[in-house]
Amino acid sequence: MSGKIFPNPAAALEGLLFDGMTIMSGGFGLSGNPESLIPQIRASGVRDLTVISNNAGADGFGLWMLLESRQIRKMISSYVGENKLFEQQYLSGELELELTPQGTLAERIRAGGAGIPAFYTKTGVGTVVAEGKPTEFFEGEEYVRETWLRADVSIIKAWRADPAGNLMFNKTARNFNPNMATAGRVTVVEVEEIVPAGTFDPDCIHTPGIFVDRIVLSTINEKRIEKLTTREKEAAA
Amino acid sequence: MSWTRDQMAARAAKELRDGYYVNLGIGIPTLVANYVPAGITVTLQSENGMLGIGPFPYEGEADPDLINAGKQTVTALPTSSFFSSADSFAMIRGGHIDMAVLGAMEVAANGDLANWTIPGKMVKGMGGAMDLVAGVKRIVVVMDHCAKNGSPKILPQCTLPLTGRGVVDLIITDLAVIAVDKKVGGLTLVECAPGVSVDDVVAKTGAPLKVSAA
Repeated sequence: MSGKIFPNPAAALEGLLFDGMTIMSGGFGLSGNPESLIPQIRASGVRDLTVISNNAGADGFGLWMLLESRQIRKMISSYVGENKLFEQQYLSGELELELTPQGTLAERIRAGGAGIPAFYTKTGVGTVVAEGKPTEFFEGEEYVRETWLRADVSIIKAWRADPAGNLMFNKTARNFNPNMATAGRVTVVEVEEIVPAGTFDPDCIHTPGIFVDRIVLSTINEKRIEKLTTREKEAAA
Repeated sequence: MSWTRDQMAARAAKELRDGYYVNLGIGIPTLVANYVPAGITVTLQSENGMLGIGPFPYEGEADPDLINAGKQTVTALPTSSFFSSADSFAMIRGGHIDMAVLGAMEVAANGDLANWTIPGKMVKGMGGAMDLVAGVKRIVVVMDHCAKNGSPKILPQCTLPLTGRGVVDLIITDLAVIAVDKKVGGLTLVECAPGVSVDDVVAKTGAPLKVSAA
C-alpha cells in the first residue's frame, strides 16, 4: 500500500495533467484548499482547464493563481463573492462560468462519485438555474433534473492520511473534500501528516482509502484567514 | 426613526423558537446570533459543514480550519459537529432546518426572492441561498426597505434573476416587518419601527400592502 505515497507535489501530479482536462479542487473559501498542488498545476502550464470548485480562492491564493495565469477556461462554482479577478474575467466574457447552487454542486459531485447520472431537486426551480433542464412533479411539487459531475483528477486537502489512503479532515476544512475524493478518476490528496497504519480507529475514518490514489505531504500550509473575527477576553471577575 | 442593523437583527431574533435549527446568511443575518432571546436555545448551522456554531474566538486563538459560511473565524461548542458539504445540504434540502435568515436585493409580493446577481454589473453567485430557500421551513429576509437611490426593494415582481419562487415568509427592514402570503400572494404590514408611520411604509413599498387591524 506504500505505493500511494509520493515524495512531493510534482511527483504526485506526474502523468495526470493534460490540456482541456477537468479538475475538481476542494475547499470552501480559503479553508481546506490543496495549497501545495495548485501551484504545481500552475507550474505545469496545462491549459483550457475546466475547474469544479465552490469558489476560486482570493488574491494570490488558491485557484486565483490559475485564473491569473489564464489556465482556466471554465469554472463550475456556486460563489464568486469578493474575488474581483473571477468576476472581471466572467463579466468580460473571458471565462466561462457555470454557476451552480452550492447544495446542487455538492450533490452533483456526490452523485458523480456514486455512479448516479442524474437526480431531481427543488433547488433552482423557477430560476435561470432550471432553464433548459427537464422538470417533473413529485407529490405535487416541481423538481428540476440535475446531472452528475466527475473529474479527470480531484485534488483535495485532508488533515491526516495513513498509507492506505484513509483520511481524516480537520473541522470545517472538510467541506467539499470528501465528496470530491469520490468523484475523481484519479484523486490526489495533500495532507498535513502521514501516519503509520493502525493509527486511525476504523470507526473514525472520514474517507476510506479506496477513494484515494495518491498521497503527498503538503509543502504549503499558509491557511490564510479571509475574515479574522475575534472577541475580547472577558475581564477577570 | 428607523431600525439600525443591530435592531433589525434583534427583531429577526424574535422569530426564533426554542429548539430551532437555524441557518444565518452573511451580513445583518449573522448578527441575529447576538440577540437570541433569553430562555431559548437554538442550534446554528453553517452550510460549509458545521452544526452548533460557537462565538468568535478570543484574539490570538482563531483557527483557519474553523470558519462559518461567511468565512469568519468561529469556535466550536461542546455539542458541535462537522460534516461534508453533501451532508450539510442534506440537512438543508431535506427539510431539517427550521428557519433561515437571509439578505435580499428584491422581494416580490408573491414571495419571490432575488439576491445573487445584477446581470452585466455584479455577479456574487447564489452560494447556498437557492438551496436554503428551497429546503428550509421558514425564510426570513432582513434588508433595507429601499435601495440606496431610494427606490423600493419590495415590488409587485422582482426585476432581477430569482433565487427562489414564492419562498419568503417574512420581511424585516429598517422601517417595518411585513408578512408574505407565499401561497396566495400579498403583503401584510405586521409592525412599524418606532417613529415610522404606516403611511411612510406604504409609500416606500412598491407593492400593495395590507395594514392589519392590530
